[in-house]
Amino acid sequence: MIRVVLPAHLKTLAHVTGEVRVEVAGPPTQREVLDALETAYPMLRGTIRDRRSGQRRAFVRFYACERDLSHEPPDAPLPEEVVAGREPFIVLGAMAGG
Amino acid sequence: MSAVRVLVGTRKGAFTLTSDGRRGDWTVDGPHFGGWEIYHLTGSPVDPDRLYASQSGGWFGQLIQRSDDGGRSWTTAGNDFAYAGDVGEHLWFDGTPRPWEFKRIWHLEPSRHDPDTLYAGAEDAALFVSTDGGQKWSELSALRQHPSGGAWQPGAGGMCLHTIILDPANRDRIFVAISAAGAFRSDDGGASWLPINKGLRSGEIPDTDSEVGHCVHRLAQHPSRPDTLFMQKHWDVMRSDDAGGSWREVSGNLPSDFGFPIAVHAHEPETIYVVPITSDSMHYPPEGRLRVYRSRTGGEHWEPLTEGLPQSHCYVNVLRDAMAVDTLDPCGIYFGTTGGQVYHSADGGDSWAPIVRDLPAVLSVEVQVLP
Repeated sequence: MIRVVLPAHLKTLAHVTGEVRVEVAGPPTQREVLDALETAYPMLRGTIRDRRSGQRRAFVRFYACERDLSHEPPDAPLPEEVVAGREPFIVLGAMAGG
Repeated sequence: MSAVRVLVGTRKGAFTLTSDGRRGDWTVDGPHFGGWEIYHLTGSPVDPDRLYASQSGGWFGQLIQRSDDGGRSWTTAGNDFAYAGDVGEHLWFDGTPRPWEFKRIWHLEPSRHDPDTLYAGAEDAALFVSTDGGQKWSELSALRQHPSGGAWQPGAGGMCLHTIILDPANRDRIFVAISAAGAFRSDDGGASWLPINKGLRSGEIPDTDSEVGHCVHRLAQHPSRPDTLFMQKHWDVMRSDDAGGSWREVSGNLPSDFGFPIAVHAHEPETIYVVPITSDSMHYPPEGRLRVYRSRTGGEHWEPLTEGLPQSHCYVNVLRDAMAVDTLDPCGIYFGTTGGQVYHSADGGDSWAPIVRDLPAVLSVEVQVLP
């Protein structure tokens, strides 16, 4: 199981409070995790990745193990600590004012 | 006694304001979707408990929310707004071609006949329709693919389709308006479109009476006179009596004919309301005095309505979707400001009072009369 931390707005949207856990079919990658997340919580479709292009939305970032994974290829393996469930995969909104 | 529910979309959430038909004591509920931009919150004319909200934000994009119980609970509807066919290009601010790109939904217009059918006006300008309560959307692409489409350019607020009027007398007729392309009409349910901008003159474009390129801010229509349309253009208040076939200016004695919303009295089709704003470079009322102007003659002759509105040091704006009228008698008028006030008049505009003063900047106001 992959642990995923969502930003506050997306937790509200998905009607969850804490971390969520998703199971992925193949080797855990960003794409696999986000696909599983959107299958479990369809209301999140389009909020993290653009619905047409599949690209990460500009002001969304992916962190894990104190690293910024936002620019990693979507099919790159996730860190072993995330795969083992010892660290969460963090989705967050970039700092922005207003 | 009937009740009134005002639906308010703001920069940081949605609010509902309710009262009995006397419209004296109000209950404020919200925010719903706190922190999100709610460009529009509206209800079905055939099922007032069916509400739709356009929820968007810079981080997480566009969502559509639906309520079946008058806003007590909400479910997320569909947000797959895909431009049909070859996406094509329009003109960017600098005159270079740029592919159409979906940004947000500005306006939702529920059908007059079916609570599951609604239209959505998008930025970049396009018209979408759903027939299943907002789950699936398809583009009425003939509008965007009109031969003039490649020449459309955004206004300062983006190239947005912000006004949708579903004709009450002719189910096949739809009017839309786009900043800064102009007004368009379909007589076949959206299968084909005609620019309806004859008579408009805009000093901001090189050919001032061009077929397209006009920054139309808002259209309004009275249901008893579907061929009469009123328009608040960037500058100029305009009127058409032939379903947009031709327009004439009716700005008359307004202190400024720049503004955003325009509305028609529910029972008097020649009584119209605008909120004059100083200019396109100064988005606040002339002289810092917030005045609604009313014409009882369908334009040309206007009177300022000031009782209960701030007449000094007021520098708010009233956006294009932020004015509405109810169908009670006397007719109620409502508008919201970028300063977060929602004002109402229960006497056709003679006097005004704030319902609430300190909301986030108001983007849209709609009103429902409930049994």
